Amino acid sequence: MFIARVMFASIIGFLLLSTVIARLVQLQVFDYEVFAAQSQGNRVRIEPVPPIRGLVLDRKGRVLAENLPAYQLELIPEQVADIDDTLQRLTTLGLIEAEDIPRFKELSESGPRFKPVTLNVRLNDEEIANFAIQRPRFPGVDFQPRLVRHYPNGAAVAHAVGYVSALSKHDLGRLDVSAYAGTAQTGKTGVESSFEASLHGDVGYRHVVSNALGRQIPSDSRNLADSLPRDESSAPGHNVYLSLDLDLQLLAIEAMEGRRGAVVAMDPWSGEILALVSAPSFDPNLFAIGMSTTQFADLQNNLERPLFNRAVRGAYPPGSTIKPMLALAALESGATNLTRKTVCRGYFMLPDTTHRYRDWKPEGHGEMDLHDAITQSCDVYFYEISGDIGIDRMHYYLDQFGLGRPTGIDISGEHRGLVPSREWKRASFSEPSDRRWYNGETVIASIGQGYMLATPLQLASAAATLATRGIRYEPRLVAAIENVLSGERTLVSPRRLSDVRIDNEVHWNAVLGAMHDVMQNVRGTAYATGGQAPYQMAGKSGTAQVFSVAQEDEYDEEDLEERLRDHALFIAFAPFDNPRIAVAVVVENGSSGSRVAAPIARAIMDEYLGYGSHATQ
Amino acid sequence: MNTSGTAAMRLSDTQRLISGRSAPLGDFGRVLRRLNIDGPLLGGILLICALGLVVLYSAVGEDMRLWLNQVVRLGVALTGMFIVAQMPPDFLRRWTPWGFLAGLVLLILVLTTGEVGQGARRWLNLGIRFQPSEIMKLAVPMMAAWYLHDRPIPPRAGQLLFLAVIIVVPTLLIARQPDLGTSLLIAASGVIVIVLAGLPVRIMIGLAVLSVPGAILLWNFMQDYQKQRVLTLLDPDSDPLGAGYNIIQSKIAIGSGGLFGKGWTNGSQAQLEFLPERDTDFIFAVMGEELGLLGVLSLICLYIFAIGRGLYIAIQAPDTYSRLLAGSISLTFFVYVFVNTAMVTGLVPVVGIPLPLVSFGGTSMVTLMAGFGILMSIHSHRKLLPH
Repeated sequence: MFIARVMFASIIGFLLLSTVIARLVQLQVFDYEVFAAQSQGNRVRIEPVPPIRGLVLDRKGRVLAENLPAYQLELIPEQVADIDDTLQRLTTLGLIEAEDIPRFKELSESGPRFKPVTLNVRLNDEEIANFAIQRPRFPGVDFQPRLVRHYPNGAAVAHAVGYVSALSKHDLGRLDVSAYAGTAQTGKTGVESSFEASLHGDVGYRHVVSNALGRQIPSDSRNLADSLPRDESSAPGHNVYLSLDLDLQLLAIEAMEGRRGAVVAMDPWSGEILALVSAPSFDPNLFAIGMSTTQFADLQNNLERPLFNRAVRGAYPPGSTIKPMLALAALESGATNLTRKTVCRGYFMLPDTTHRYRDWKPEGHGEMDLHDAITQSCDVYFYEISGDIGIDRMHYYLDQFGLGRPTGIDISGEHRGLVPSREWKRASFSEPSDRRWYNGETVIASIGQGYMLATPLQLASAAATLATRGIRYEPRLVAAIENVLSGERTLVSPRRLSDVRIDNEVHWNAVLGAMHDVMQNVRGTAYATGGQAPYQMAGKSGTAQVFSVAQEDEYDEEDLEERLRDHALFIAFAPFDNPRIAVAVVVENGSSGSRVAAPIARAIMDEYLGYGSHATQ
Repeated sequence: MNTSGTAAMRLSDTQRLISGRSAPLGDFGRVLRRLNIDGPLLGGILLICALGLVVLYSAVGEDMRLWLNQVVRLGVALTGMFIVAQMPPDFLRRWTPWGFLAGLVLLILVLTTGEVGQGARRWLNLGIRFQPSEIMKLAVPMMAAWYLHDRPIPPRAGQLLFLAVIIVVPTLLIARQPDLGTSLLIAASGVIVIVLAGLPVRIMIGLAVLSVPGAILLWNFMQDYQKQRVLTLLDPDSDPLGAGYNIIQSKIAIGSGGLFGKGWTNGSQAQLEFLPERDTDFIFAVMGEELGLLGVLSLICLYIFAIGRGLYIAIQAPDTYSRLLAGSISLTFFVYVFVNTAMVTGLVPVVGIPLPLVSFGGTSMVTLMAGFGILMSIHSHRKLLPH
């Protein structure tokens, strides 16, 4: 009986063990391939290798944006015996802030114990030296190098080059996420943003053996790293050469010191931007390193609006700077001729009205022809011929010069400006009385006031078009793109736009001659600036009324007064016979285009043409 | 039945090998016999332990300190086995009821004053810290065997009821701790005694039928985590990062080992910690991964040899108490092996039962070795008849 029962139990046991053995055979023999693949996938993790961002250089190859190693302080929780004590002692060394201690403590307790916690994103040389001495006292704390975008001439090129900063949620929605695996920053403004695709490079991958918690296992550890798939190295981003001249940038930012406004200079025969400065500027390195919330708020709330790119986004009444273009319109359309004269008494009245449109010179200019009206910037002459040109013809010609439309520059955020017309007014207003065009509006449009708005970039482009007698090129900041690996450079060819159609060459001669005399005739408004120059040049001043102060209402009285002063504008090109540079300068509330803006334009041209202080060598 | 001659007539060749009778007794054998040690059983156990230590060294991440720890424990447990082997079965039988009662008292003490660890109250600290449930692993089958010793077998209905109480009370006390794995093992060890004593087949069939409502009752007794384990077994992929993780990783480890394994200490699943509890409940998966099918089959063969030797000892035992106890100890050892290997390969739910003699940890090892000591005592103290 007992033996029978033992036999019975043995048989059942044998059957049960047989199922286990059958299961083992199934797993280890028949499904081996499946599980082998799964175990390989388990331990091998693919880790992105972010590419090195391309450099941004100026036209002479000087670096405007580079990547510098910065050292950050890291703490590895599992290697630190007493986190509280360690953080406390780091505070006394001045390496971390006392108020950050709870945050770091939480970070070191929440993540995997082997994963470093960053305590300080950027150590300066002194801090590195200090810590290096103390390092033996801080097991588990060390500094680690990483590449940080650096702008050596930060403020001088901030608005043209732009800046990079941390990828935002918005960026991740916009960009190819897999291409940015491992990348922490992306271009936000300027060339850094618009040429992101060239600068970024291609991400690479490496395969690492890691355990279930994600801790990396050194590849020489045992033979666990055998037969890993091949790694793919990252490809560095392309270097981007700008047409900017760093010397001009530095000069312009210095000249604009303490002022608000913009300077734009370009090569009239290619559209290459030689200088693009908006003042006041800011330090783009703050964005690259990362700044505190208060630092950012300070920048954003600064009444001087340093982040605002006045060169491409600032829309100003162009004032008298449009007079050369209107003169061409008047001559071409027959609204005036080169001999017509008028007497300026300091004001103008439309027939059958009493409103006096004033000249900037209250006592009047006396007898004026078109040439004098440009060189001395007589408003009354243009008031008188404005009715004969008509607003729509003004629009027709100014539009040909590219005013009132985006120039197409290769950075984003451009303001399109505004050149009014009857049609524009009809489309833009709802009240029937507002939709009508009034003759008085034509009068003030003739001196670049009223609805009319232009950006410094548009004015520079218009100046360039005057210099080339109607040949237009799209403004370009980027001149060439260099493949770092092959060394091959791709030049960005100039893009020619439709010409300004002026049928009679005599009209060009007359208007440009008048612009020449603005600077080099004793009666010219900018003779003080251009009279003694070693080369011939042409220019036109503008002084635009400020109609309304921006919504900010916290200015004290003195400041308010300052902000109600006229904007000072100036456009110029040189040399007169063979133009190589065209410049536009806008100084907000600068009062006088000829006295404030013209010297800045002159300094830029001097520098570029080899008469400047830098260019003696 | 106690004439070994007739039994020997029925032995097959395999059984002859297991019985160790094919080898002539040398001096060494005589020494072992004098020490009440069963040579073949000791050999099987030592081989299992040796293979286990090899695997464990890899499973604890080549940590020499932990590994030596286990070697020391093994030494202690073997010493315990040796001591138990010196106690004659009659002596054990006389003390059985007292041991059982003491065990019951300790179990109740655990539920009231025991130490809590990992959500369960299993430990008692009386100078030394131990789990009273371990005592019950031996006390329950001993008590059942003691009760049946001088009664006619097969047992009658009233006696079965008393046996049921002997088994169910400690089982429920341990299930309350909660320690489902141990309580199931203890119930099994008691039930095995009854089955070996000749439980009528119709009652076994009846119990099998009753097991359906019994399972439902058990389901209601189970903790949420235990229910989850059963559900997870049915579909491990339903919760790959939670409860199903262990089974999935264990299957990957074993499957990827293939025929010959990835090599000792080279199992990526085990060494890179994808495999949870690699040195305890899931050490069989480490073995499957690193030593392959051949490795795990060798271990299973060693287990079969040890169990077979135990059953041979049971058949050879001279009295009912010894027979039933030896049979139960051997078959319970089998249940250990089966449940652990079946659980690690994903055939049964994950219950916390270690792989006997291989898994890291000392408590159950001492009990196991004590059980083997009883087997050896039973075998060496029987009235020898000359062959």
